[in-house]
Amino acid sequence: MGEKLDLARQMMQMIPHAQELGLKLTEIGDGVAEITMPYDTKLIGDPKTGVIHGGAVSTLMDTCCGAAVMSHPLAPGGTATIDLRIEYMRSATPGQAITTKATCHHISRNVAFVRAVAMDDDTEQPVATATGAFSVEAGF
Amino acid sequence: MSRASPEPMQVVKQRRDAALTALVDSVPYIRFLNISFDRRGDELTGVLNFEQKLIGNPFLPALHGGVTAAFLEVTAMMSLNWLHLWPKIESGELDPAEMAAGHLPRHPKTIDFTVDYLRSGLPRDAYARATVSRAGRRFASVRVEAWQDNKDRLLAQATGHFLMPQGTENGEEQAKGEVAAKPT
Repeated sequence: MGEKLDLARQMMQMIPHAQELGLKLTEIGDGVAEITMPYDTKLIGDPKTGVIHGGAVSTLMDTCCGAAVMSHPLAPGGTATIDLRIEYMRSATPGQAITTKATCHHISRNVAFVRAVAMDDDTEQPVATATGAFSVEAGF
Repeated sequence: MSRASPEPMQVVKQRRDAALTALVDSVPYIRFLNISFDRRGDELTGVLNFEQKLIGNPFLPALHGGVTAAFLEVTAMMSLNWLHLWPKIESGELDPAEMAAGHLPRHPKTIDFTVDYLRSGLPRDAYARATVSRAGRRFASVRVEAWQDNKDRLLAQATGHFLMPQGTENGEEQAKGEVAAKPT
């Protein structure tokens, strides 16, 4: 488990845009991934409130879903997003990190299906949820 | 000759461009992704100016899928807001100088956004244009398409629903409504 996490973290460090957002992988394995994005003023979407832009949440969701797919025992290699739908339930609280947990709940030879939830410090009420379909690739 | 002569072209252009610049520059995340907007009348084209930091797959290389989604969402939201504010900008109710000073109306909020990825994003500029399918008083539905080299070979398309700002310009009524709607 520790080795897998280290390897996945190394892969994340190779993604320039994930580095830009300061994404940190906190859990990975068996089709489940958890990634945290720290609060950063450069990601603000509403200058009046300091709330993070939905686009940054999308990126966090997409990255986390992709990691969940690659961590699935039946996934032979990389993945690409086919479709991603995000529902924004509430604004993320300014100043707080956003954590996403994604689960790859079904995988076939070609397609993987993923669900994800994004939360800030208030873990009772999600900030956003996502559902996606991802391709299953042989290589990276 | 009772009809008032039309405004000089440069006055019209200056007003519209200043208003658009104020809207775009107010959002840090748009600057972070380095998205700019081309304007032709009331039509906007979003431009994602390529930078290495937008890469999601360094092996191909390809744009990060999240960047593509964010670019589509920014373009959809800005195009919707632009059309929503256009009459007020044209009538002079909204003053571009005031807008640039930070007195901006609240922008629409994303309810949901669905992205259909059609091709992997090449490491170069991308363009996007949005169509407001329905602009209601409370809700709006927007379609948006992005492409890189060829307009008919889309990179991705998306559709999203937005909650329009309610009540007064500073959003106080909206804030009250939100509090009231929450269970105590």
